[in-house]
Amino acid sequence: MTNNKFKIIEKESVAVKFVGDSGDGMQLTGTLFSDASALKGNDLATFPDFPAEIRAPHNTVAGVSGFQVHIGKEIRTIGDKCDVLVAMNPASLKANLKWASIGSTIIVDADAFVDKAIEKAGYVCNPLEDGCLSGYNIIPAPISSSAKRVGAECGLDMKAAERTKNMFALGIVAFIFDRDIETLAKLINAKFKKKPEIAKANTEVLKAGYIYAESIEAIHSRFHVATADLPKGKYRNIAGNTATAWGLLAAAERSKRPLFLGSYPITPATDILVELAKHKSLNAKVMQCEDEIAGICSSIGAAFAGSLAVTTTSGPGLSLKSEAIGLAVMTELPVVIVDVQRAGPSTGMPTKSEQADLYQALFGRNGECSCIVLAATSPGDCFISAYMAAKLAMEHMSPVILLSDGYIGQGSELFRIPKVADLPSITPPVAQPNEADFAPYRRDEKLVRRWALPGTEGLRHRIGGLEKTDGKGEVSTDPLNHEKMVKYRHEKVMRVADEIPEQEVIGEKEGDLLVVSWGGTYGQTLVAVKNLQKQGKKISLAHFKYIMPLPKNTNEIFKQFKKIVVCELNCGQFADYLRMTYPDYAYLKYNKVQGLPFTTEELTEKFNQLTEEK
Amino acid sequence: MSYETIERSRTALTKEDFASDQMVKWCPGCGSHAILAALENVFPKIGYRKENFCLVSGIGCASRFPYYVNTYGFHGIHGRANPIATGIRVSNGQLSVWVISGDGDSMAIGGNHFIHAIRRNIDLNILLFNNQIYGLTKGQYSPTTPFGSKTKTSPQGTIEEPFMPGELVLGARGTFFARVVDNNLRLMQDVMLEAAKHNGTSVVEFLQNCIIFNDQTHASITNKDTASDKQLILRDGEPMVFGKNKDKGIILGERGLEVVTIGENGVREEDILIHDMYQQDAGLHLMLAKMSLPDYPIALGVIRSATAPTYDQLLEDQIHEAQRTSKIRNVDELLNSGDTWTI
Repeated sequence: MTNNKFKIIEKESVAVKFVGDSGDGMQLTGTLFSDASALKGNDLATFPDFPAEIRAPHNTVAGVSGFQVHIGKEIRTIGDKCDVLVAMNPASLKANLKWASIGSTIIVDADAFVDKAIEKAGYVCNPLEDGCLSGYNIIPAPISSSAKRVGAECGLDMKAAERTKNMFALGIVAFIFDRDIETLAKLINAKFKKKPEIAKANTEVLKAGYIYAESIEAIHSRFHVATADLPKGKYRNIAGNTATAWGLLAAAERSKRPLFLGSYPITPATDILVELAKHKSLNAKVMQCEDEIAGICSSIGAAFAGSLAVTTTSGPGLSLKSEAIGLAVMTELPVVIVDVQRAGPSTGMPTKSEQADLYQALFGRNGECSCIVLAATSPGDCFISAYMAAKLAMEHMSPVILLSDGYIGQGSELFRIPKVADLPSITPPVAQPNEADFAPYRRDEKLVRRWALPGTEGLRHRIGGLEKTDGKGEVSTDPLNHEKMVKYRHEKVMRVADEIPEQEVIGEKEGDLLVVSWGGTYGQTLVAVKNLQKQGKKISLAHFKYIMPLPKNTNEIFKQFKKIVVCELNCGQFADYLRMTYPDYAYLKYNKVQGLPFTTEELTEKFNQLTEEK
Repeated sequence: MSYETIERSRTALTKEDFASDQMVKWCPGCGSHAILAALENVFPKIGYRKENFCLVSGIGCASRFPYYVNTYGFHGIHGRANPIATGIRVSNGQLSVWVISGDGDSMAIGGNHFIHAIRRNIDLNILLFNNQIYGLTKGQYSPTTPFGSKTKTSPQGTIEEPFMPGELVLGARGTFFARVVDNNLRLMQDVMLEAAKHNGTSVVEFLQNCIIFNDQTHASITNKDTASDKQLILRDGEPMVFGKNKDKGIILGERGLEVVTIGENGVREEDILIHDMYQQDAGLHLMLAKMSLPDYPIALGVIRSATAPTYDQLLEDQIHEAQRTSKIRNVDELLNSGDTWTI
């Protein structure tokens, strides 16, 4: 259905945001649009924007639910601002106008802009009429009334018919972006497999929206979004928390150690617990515990018994687990602790993202208590990061803290499906029955002790939180032994640097400015750095995934740049850690602590300024 | 079903098979010595391979226990023995897991874990050493210290009501509760064997003496000269009689349990309650667990041993069911499930 009366605008990428009341079906609408775009060949990233309240009052700003999707040729972020905003009521427009770029297309449900709803949203007068939206291309469409009419024709009652309004909106967007209606219909049918009459009505309303968009005069242009130039392979869309769960399952399968998860629900980490609970067929033993402490302690017990033991949480939960992480360090057991960071301190802003748990992950325990720390860099990267966290934990007999965050945990992106057999092998140091000269704290050249599982003949031993004698593992308060064991435990973690990949530099190996970032900000820093590289700036990026220990070549990289700026969503924790580790450099800091990701625009501006300054 | 399914030793084991080479460092006269001796006697009788026993403890005097027994052992952190043991047991159903815990570890800092382990009916044997005092930190009151007791942290006497562990266990829907005194080796062994046989969380409360900080705390119950009048030793299927002359008994009167003397006021032997430790309803078990001096004797032995599914077994069942019915049998299938696109 192409039509010559429309101007076609070529775009490398476009961000679309669907916003409405909590019950308006924005998540579904966004997901359908994402899937249809992926099928059309676009790269993509998505992010759901849930209200903090489960069911906030109808038509209020507090109750706005949103879903942003960024599609195009090469997508690394969800887009700073959206190019098309679909707002189903005045409150969602009010809450999201600041995220729409100037000149963007805003599709609103004109039927929802009635006096009461306008007032409830906090507008003094109707924003569609008072001229405040003159900088945008506003398309006020009769969304609710049209959906009601078409839905009723399909045999739905009025209430059910009105609920299809999101499909009318999707139909309009589908026209603007030339998404295939039949593809969308198939996706809708799959979604409502058990309710064919609902599927039918939704499809009809979708088509009505598409035809409406085609026939009105308000739409003058359509977008042609560049398709992805991705390596050949099989792809899927995956959310970070799902990828984390699957990475852990893959590690369990590959290492032949059964997965045990002890966890307590906490935003924004709960999805991992929910996802793993679905996969008992893969022998995942998932326990919803009575609290965070029981979550990690049951995992430590499971690790002792030979499981790939995992606990998942967010910042406040990591605080509660601190003492037990110390126990895992002392007993030298493999436990993966996933922290999906949120804005703190204390309860903070549970639904907002931050990177401020780094100090806690590195230092938040009593005694000299090092453990391995990794940070996942994007939704899809959560898969391999979780896999590597499990591998390092088991092969080095150490707890590993994997830092994710709310932004990448809940966000999704296109993910090239790997084969489990192609992933790095995992060989835990499991002791054999009646192993000669077995001693619980005897170490190999990597300083790793044996994993002697209860039930194995000839290996009975005791471990625990008290200091142990080197090798034999008896309780000891000997001063020199303690110092030796403290150093062993730390050195064991540092030797992990021999196993992890060298730090990669994106761009030239030397230059004016090295941008340093870590964890979930990868998409934004990468895009900003590439923008400036295209402009000829001597700028490169070192984005860290391995935090403790740092890759061995880190110092060598830092030497080659005139300036180093460390960007992070906190007040400078990684910068301080780098200064502590490699004190020879003047680390500039660029920080943001607003519960929001960086925008590529603000980063580009900052980096540009830093390269200009002498 | 662990008692039936855990692999048994092919050779007869003895106490020596569990003896550790570590020096036992409890105070001379501490009740823990007797409990250790009872446990070393009973483990060979249980009959599992010695590698299938696993002892788990938290923090406190009692928590040194795993170092003194030659089995797999885990000395955890304060209050967390129960969740650590839970993780061990859920991971490996072939292990006989014994939690060694005290009234600080399981009643105070780990109280939450204690009730939830019981509620889930994880197949654990929890040995609760109740000396009504914090010994390792040298004499502060605990959650089971009697009201008004003067201790280092209550110089004018405690002003808080103590927990009765039996009430907590049954309040948390416990399936097994027993109580013993630390000077009755035979009873301790009998009860520990019953605990091992029970599928689910077995809690054994040891009325234990702390010779340094709370000496004689249970003397009114344990004193050998008066014990027969102060202790009602329950045995399944037998009448609840006690006393030097075996002439006292328990009946269920209109207002609850009553102590009667056989032959007085027309009370006959057949009026005395018969103990049914397997009874599902916990009402009578709770009444027995709550009996206290001076109006009643203290109930000892296995008070309750009711049958109920265990968490660990139900989880295994769910896994088998999922493996039987799920279309996803490995991670490759999982990765390729749902919407995918080939580029």
